[in-house]
Amino acid sequence: MSEIVLETRNLKRRFGAFLATNDVSLKVERGARHALIGPNGAGKTTLINLLTGVLPPSEGQVLLEGEDITSLASFKRVKRGLTRTFQINQLFNEFTPLETVALAIAEREGVGHNLFKSISSYSKITDEAASLLAQFGLASVMGERTTILPYGKQRLLEIALAFASKPRVLLLDEPAAGVPEDERHEVLQIVSDLPADVTVLLIEHDMDLVFSFADRISVLVAGAVFTEGTVAEISSDPRVKAVYLGENA
Amino acid sequence: MSLVQEPAMTAPSTSPETTSRAAALMKRRSRIRFYEIIVWVAAIAAYFLLPTKMLILTEIAILALFAVSLDLVLGFAGIVSLGHTAFFGLGAYVAGLLALHYVAEPVTGLIVAGVISGVLGLLTSFLILRGSDLTRLMTTLGIGLMMAEVANQMAWLTGGADGLSGFSPTAILGLFEFDLFGQTGYLYCLAVLFVGTMIMRAIAFSPFGLSLKAIKGNPMRAGMIAVPARKRIVIAYTIAAVFAGMAGALLAQTTSFVSPDVLAFHRSADVLLVLVIGGTGYLYGGIFGAVFFTLIKDWLSVITPQYWMFYIGLLLVILVLIGRDRLARWVEYLPERFSKKEGGQ
Repeated sequence: MSEIVLETRNLKRRFGAFLATNDVSLKVERGARHALIGPNGAGKTTLINLLTGVLPPSEGQVLLEGEDITSLASFKRVKRGLTRTFQINQLFNEFTPLETVALAIAEREGVGHNLFKSISSYSKITDEAASLLAQFGLASVMGERTTILPYGKQRLLEIALAFASKPRVLLLDEPAAGVPEDERHEVLQIVSDLPADVTVLLIEHDMDLVFSFADRISVLVAGAVFTEGTVAEISSDPRVKAVYLGENA
Repeated sequence: MSLVQEPAMTAPSTSPETTSRAAALMKRRSRIRFYEIIVWVAAIAAYFLLPTKMLILTEIAILALFAVSLDLVLGFAGIVSLGHTAFFGLGAYVAGLLALHYVAEPVTGLIVAGVISGVLGLLTSFLILRGSDLTRLMTTLGIGLMMAEVANQMAWLTGGADGLSGFSPTAILGLFEFDLFGQTGYLYCLAVLFVGTMIMRAIAFSPFGLSLKAIKGNPMRAGMIAVPARKRIVIAYTIAAVFAGMAGALLAQTTSFVSPDVLAFHRSADVLLVLVIGGTGYLYGGIFGAVFFTLIKDWLSVITPQYWMFYIGLLLVILVLIGRDRLARWVEYLPERFSKKEGGQ
């Protein structure tokens, strides 16, 4: 039983003459652990930006649960259960982690437009925010300003924030990028503990993480899907090795 | 640092200590700060202690309301505007015309001016949704200039360059007559400033207010937590226009005159300067800035009537050199010192 939750059809994105995304047709099944790998500059982040509405595509379509969302704004895609984390933290520096997550929950619950009721009076939102932060090991710093948190903690908040929207499809853009070695296991633990019913598309450079986490891998090279397969297929594919080694040579 | 002990998104078993600390932290955001009490006590005390200074106190209260309304768009939503006086001026003309032709009762005029300015805010808000800060500066500046020219050309209605006069507001709500010394006028403006500030304060601590700050802080991420940014900016801009219009109405009603100067560019610049002085993003910056700006302007125009603009300019340069961030935060040092006992960290 394989239901496609996220799909792209002939997706293209040009920056001037440069084709950053070249005719990508991707299918992600419900509950999948799908990894997107490829050398630097392969267009992985551009593809995520197209999927989440940060960038409009030049051509092609994006479908979420069978519905065309190509022209939907980001916030509407989030409302429909598609959200993401960013490769470089995109947080609200002036906020505390608690405020950050509380706002995301308030928006999910549809009370973000409420003008006059103090957000502190929504005790359910505060409770949920506190428990979410506790799950991510952020309870001890929930009242600090985000900008002064250690990088690893900010990284965890980045993921917790995506969780606060209760996504059905979660796109993780290099969740462990830049995290110091001693804080890395926390991030990896969170990623591997993601609930099974959440579909995950993971961009990652760390091949150990990809091979241990993913059940399906797409390799992106020069904006196009180079190959796609199971972990076993990809890890034994000499062409994939060549792409990576070629880049490093 | 605690390790992750359970899979994410399972039933929460958060310690009650964490939950109650979270509740305390959230409540702490909206607690009444020490400086807030000082502001209102000082404003009332001024009424009794400075009976001969009612006109300048009234001027401060009006400018403060105008600046607080701008802070809602600038300090919260991060929308820069050089045309905020379009709403102030429209409110002044509406209140003046209403008093001249229809109803001279001030509160009615205040509300009608607020509503009509709000409508203009709503209509023009769509122009500031696109583009960068620079585009917005130019768009808002353009709207302000157009309004000024419309008022100038429609002399049959607005009195043109001569201004609008010949009206005098009746007793407020039929109860409080304006007096010769401006005491009623001051209390009236202060009351409107207080109610306006309290309404905007409630907005500041609501989910809506928090979402505005998220839009200002990181618009891309705000979208990714489902904040409909455009809708929020339209609403914030409209509310700001309502209160700016009310500030304009207060000026018209307390002076019984509407000069074309209410739409002049320098008013938009002044109110921005007020916020630069007082700091943005916490509303009271508009009040502190208005007090400081009005007093310094008054003082300079007495000691150096010809060159006071030079010193205002110099002050602006010094303020910017000191640093905007530090400025926006100066008042935060005060409440922290007075609220240590609340703990929470």
